[in-house]
Amino acid sequence: MSNLSVSISPHIRNKTTTKSIMFDVVIALIPAYAASILVFGARAALITTVCMVSCVLWEFIYQKAMKMTVTINDGSALITGIILAFNLPVGIEIWQAVFGSMVAIILVKQLFGGLGKNFANPAVTARIVMFLAFSVSMTTWKPVDSITGATPLALMASGDVYELPSYIKMFLGLHGGSLGETSALALMIGGLYLIIKKVISWHTPVVFIATVFAFSAVLGQNPLYHILSGGLFLGAIFMATDYVTTPQTDAGRVVFGVGAGLLTVIFRVYGSYPEGVSFAILLMNILTPYINRATQKKPLGGIKA
Amino acid sequence: MKVKKLRGVHTPHHKSTAGMAAETMPIPAEVRIPMAMSIGAPATPIVSVGDEVKVGQLIAEPSGFVSVPIHSSVSGTVKSINDVDEITGQGAVSITITADGEQSISEDLAPPEVSDLQSFLDAVRNSGVVGLGGAGFPTAVKLTLNEQAKLEYILINGAECEPYITSDTRTMIDDADLMLDGILLLKRFFGVKIIIGVENNNPEAIKSMQQLAAGEDGVEVNILPALYPQGGEKVLIFNITGRIVPEGGLPIDVGCVVLNCTTVAAMARYFNTGMPLVSKCITVDGSAVGNPKNLIVPVGTYVREILEYCGTSEDTVKKVLLGGPMMGQSIPSTDMPILKATNAVLAFNEKDAQTPVPSACIRCGRCVSHCPLQLTTLEIERAFELNKPELLEHYKVNLCMECGCCAFNCPSRRPLIQSIKMAKIMLRDYQTAQRLEAERKAAKEAEKNE
Repeated sequence: MSNLSVSISPHIRNKTTTKSIMFDVVIALIPAYAASILVFGARAALITTVCMVSCVLWEFIYQKAMKMTVTINDGSALITGIILAFNLPVGIEIWQAVFGSMVAIILVKQLFGGLGKNFANPAVTARIVMFLAFSVSMTTWKPVDSITGATPLALMASGDVYELPSYIKMFLGLHGGSLGETSALALMIGGLYLIIKKVISWHTPVVFIATVFAFSAVLGQNPLYHILSGGLFLGAIFMATDYVTTPQTDAGRVVFGVGAGLLTVIFRVYGSYPEGVSFAILLMNILTPYINRATQKKPLGGIKA
Repeated sequence: MKVKKLRGVHTPHHKSTAGMAAETMPIPAEVRIPMAMSIGAPATPIVSVGDEVKVGQLIAEPSGFVSVPIHSSVSGTVKSINDVDEITGQGAVSITITADGEQSISEDLAPPEVSDLQSFLDAVRNSGVVGLGGAGFPTAVKLTLNEQAKLEYILINGAECEPYITSDTRTMIDDADLMLDGILLLKRFFGVKIIIGVENNNPEAIKSMQQLAAGEDGVEVNILPALYPQGGEKVLIFNITGRIVPEGGLPIDVGCVVLNCTTVAAMARYFNTGMPLVSKCITVDGSAVGNPKNLIVPVGTYVREILEYCGTSEDTVKKVLLGGPMMGQSIPSTDMPILKATNAVLAFNEKDAQTPVPSACIRCGRCVSHCPLQLTTLEIERAFELNKPELLEHYKVNLCMECGCCAFNCPSRRPLIQSIKMAKIMLRDYQTAQRLEAERKAAKEAEKNE
């Protein structure tokens, strides 16, 4: 018996692969996707499809043009597309969604080296770029369920507290907002799935949301409205847990969650925009290498050099 | 003693051979015994071509302190003594012996007479026993402690954490008497507490070891979780005593010596009968093996014959490992002999022989969260790829024991152990260059001062 296959140990591998992880994330996004269609109608499905297809296509075009190996089947561009769509209002122009996908995939991800190399979350950064570039269409909220289309955060900021939807409507997602961010319930189901499947650890989402709750209460705000409104659940569960742009240790994830939570409340309460989750995540993305360094585990038996 | 256990991974166990008592394989027609079977200097042959040899006869002498004697595993005639590439990659000398099938035992064999520690250590040295957990470190060298050393525990490693392998399990079940003899010898000459570590998925071995320890003062059994790499030396020491072996240090630095359970039994066999280490119980298993079993074979038996004996057809075998799937070596050809420290021969079919294709690191941190020694593996890999040895120093790549938990869990299938092995070489070269540079500077400085 010769011509045997020779390789370095280990010779067995765990079942989890990059693909299976990405697949689990897609599954976890399904409840929020369903909620977006229920709340905002068929156009929600259209916007999501546009973002998914264009993100994958941008990645394909870039990698082909650069004569790189095409890696669109790893599922990462697909997820970026879904999450970007969830960050957009239902009335967004199609071409704007395609532009946003280009920002996410080419400017933020591929130009920094592709999967695993980008320092900022593509969907978060694309949302911010679109928010600043297309301010009007990014903040025009379609009325939902006969109540005003304005987001609860905008209502809080303008002092129209009597217009605020009830807690139960907030929790179910029956209020104005971006496509995938309104239903805390649907997002929580997806988050629980990811935690049970060990795709993400509980640290970031729980600490992020708890920090927003505590800090907004300290500032005299209504903490329940703060955690149930805006993109907090979407951001905390799906964007602040992105492997590439957030810390690798549990301690680092706690630091990230606290930092993002504090920044979110500061931006919401003192900023000129009602929402602050994406700005908070982007800033913490930038700090991630430093958080990693500060929370690096001490090697067992290591002697200080 | 209750200590927080180190992290690890839940590998599949595949211990289907655990219930099978070892069977003795018919004596092969030929054995090839390499002189470099263990850590240290290769032994020097003392026989010549054409010599008649008997089982247990000394055929090669140790060529230094860290070196072990080698004895013939069969009776027969020395066919050749030649240079061949061994799996150690050192191209060392090996002795090929044509067996006569009689297995007549050398008349020189007699139980050693021991009176004090020195005579005990000499006897251990003459037994040719090396660490049988896989590393093959000469046991006599391990037991020779310098004067400053303060030994507090001897840990007997029965944590057979590699998937498939059950040869240590069989030692604990079938050779408990021998193990007890060995433990009594250790107690007599070292007088320290002896702790046997066994994994909790091994009830029969636990029962056998508890019976062994029941009547003995200062001998206890520590039941450990079945979590790979429980049997790793540093891991075992930490999980039993809570002590951390320092970087570049040895277990004795924290008052421990770790001996594999089969090593203890092999040592005791020599003290009882005078028979040195010439045969080995190995687990033969894997998807391409027709009849998996535990098999006692003479050292030097060809892997090919072992696999054929266990009903393995040549067409289905695509990958063969010496040792377990987590740390074992894959061999290019089955025309290789098994060594003293070989504890398993695993053969896999096409499906299990696939080497996965790596994709980009997604920085998920699974390598970090599963490292028993808390190394930041993904940064080590990156430092290696960026050719930054000073970062490798910072991330302590040299602490890595290459257990493979990181690569086992990597969803991107990155060859982390390969990178780490090469990173260690990169760091070594860097440190050598730095040392030479410092010496050169010092010499220049001295010249100036003259």
